[in-house]
Amino acid sequence: MISTLETQAKRPPFSPEKMAEVQGVIKQFPEGKQKSAILRVLHIAEEEFGGWLSPETMDYVAGLLDIQPIEVYEVATFYTMFNMQPTGKFVFEVCRTGPCMLVGSDDIIEYIKTKLGISKVGETSADGMFTLKTAECLGACGYGPMLQCGKVYHEHLTPAKVDALMDEYRAKYSSENNNN
Amino acid sequence: MGRKLLLEHINVPGIETYDVYRNHGGYKSVEKALKTMSPQEVVEEVQKSALKGRGGAGFPTGMKWSFLAKPEGVPRYLVCNADESEPGTFKDRFLMEKLPHLMVEGMITSSYALGANTSYIYIRGEYMFVLEILEKAIAEAYAKGWLGKNILGSGYDLDLYVAPGGGAYICGEETALLESLEGKRGNPRMKPPFPAIKGLYGCPTVVNNVESLCTVVPIINIGADEYLKIGTEKSSGTKLISACGNLARPGVYEIELGISVEEFIYGDEWCRGIANGKKIKALIPGGSSVPILPAHLITKTATGEDRFMSYESLSDGGFASGSMLGSGGFIVFDEDQCIVRNTWNFARFYAHESCGQCSPCREGTSWMEKVLHRLETGKGNMRDIDLLAEINKKIEGNTICPLGDAAAWPVAAAIRHFREEFEWHVTHPEEAVKRNYGLLKTPSITL
Repeated sequence: MISTLETQAKRPPFSPEKMAEVQGVIKQFPEGKQKSAILRVLHIAEEEFGGWLSPETMDYVAGLLDIQPIEVYEVATFYTMFNMQPTGKFVFEVCRTGPCMLVGSDDIIEYIKTKLGISKVGETSADGMFTLKTAECLGACGYGPMLQCGKVYHEHLTPAKVDALMDEYRAKYSSENNNN
Repeated sequence: MGRKLLLEHINVPGIETYDVYRNHGGYKSVEKALKTMSPQEVVEEVQKSALKGRGGAGFPTGMKWSFLAKPEGVPRYLVCNADESEPGTFKDRFLMEKLPHLMVEGMITSSYALGANTSYIYIRGEYMFVLEILEKAIAEAYAKGWLGKNILGSGYDLDLYVAPGGGAYICGEETALLESLEGKRGNPRMKPPFPAIKGLYGCPTVVNNVESLCTVVPIINIGADEYLKIGTEKSSGTKLISACGNLARPGVYEIELGISVEEFIYGDEWCRGIANGKKIKALIPGGSSVPILPAHLITKTATGEDRFMSYESLSDGGFASGSMLGSGGFIVFDEDQCIVRNTWNFARFYAHESCGQCSPCREGTSWMEKVLHRLETGKGNMRDIDLLAEINKKIEGNTICPLGDAAAWPVAAAIRHFREEFEWHVTHPEEAVKRNYGLLKTPSITL
């Protein structure tokens, strides 16, 4: 599930259910070592609070883990999975590393750029639906070209598959929004 | 058919679920270890098996275990390195996704051997879908009494957790991984002290690769003596190879160490040759960090002997004419691929993934990327090729962790074996700009 759809407008704090999940993560580590939970909590926070880590979100996580805000900033900016800026509703991260390049990832990246009408990687389509990013090796080398969207890997990509994928995500977005 | 130790039941429907896994001999190594062996006996069995660490470095797993300090009253930790990110490597994902209970079983048996009561699987953040699969398996294992307090009435307690990373290749380096698991940036630590003395939270810690820990299961089940009969004298057992690039049938294969490279690439049981009927141009046999081999050094060594899929045969000839088995990330290039472009691509990877802590790596990887990009786009000159070699020498051996070496080696090897192609980019700048692929139709490079 791409929960950014449902939570686009959400801001801290966590819902009681999510808070219980976060507390469960903290308990996985010895007492006083709650900072170890930071990456998982940031993943949860990003998913819950609009798909990116705003300063407000990071400060909130710092409070939850009883650490200084700077400790969250330095971690959030080190790890490439975290979005430090707002993104489109869906982020396509195309693997660009050697093995994927050998089987045509460059062409897929170009194709998605054209489809979205954007001039470079990192930009978002005019309708705010898709952001294109590239990623370094995602561990799908035998199944390339591939992209990750949320928690899902889409492998063996072709232009036709990319078209179908975009339609699928658009449909998912409209059905979820109509339900709301 | 080669012998399968890890993937024996991979095609059984439902093998990812507890019941099916258990019905196919699952968790027997835990029963055997906890009921009939002391922790030290498990360690000795793994030592005897001569299992080499499957993450890439090939350090003997049993020896690593024997270094673990055991001070009184201090917890010890086992941490599984599931941060698989070496380009070309996707075997650990395959294992955890398809056989999550094998991972859990390997963690239990190994944690028992090491006397760890809390263990972690640190998995790369991009594998969040695999994390969910593992957590489901762990919950099943708790429910069936394989985890938690007093397992099988042995008095041994174990809690097992999965912790995700956040997207950083460097966290595959064991001390960077521990930093990350402590909730910090993934900057590798100075060694010594090694993790076996001071690891997670300053406590004695063993960090092992996914495949290594999974292999502990068959070693305990069949015994080290039986395990030693598989593979070659210096490379015992089986190894997962993740084959990718321009192959007819890429994928994850379990091989008995010692089958020929030729059989692995062309055999029906394995990769079935090069895709689209093309010829092979080059091979990186063990993940992006190991030296590339040109066509004439793939199935034969420099002395004309057959090349085998083993630690010793793939490294035959040293870096001059050999490579390494590494992680088993087996990347095949067909005749249309451009070595300069690929070398640039990997240099960009290392520049992107350098943690920035040591200047030779932080600056050097970025400069190599720039110079290689210049060459690849037809803007380079002949001096650039030697300049790359110079930068290389200034990185190699001058950094806290091996990322610097890993960035330097592939560039050096590419120039060593494909210098002609680099020079072609200088002498044919317009064609280099226009065509990224299909530059040199035939592998014509000689040593």
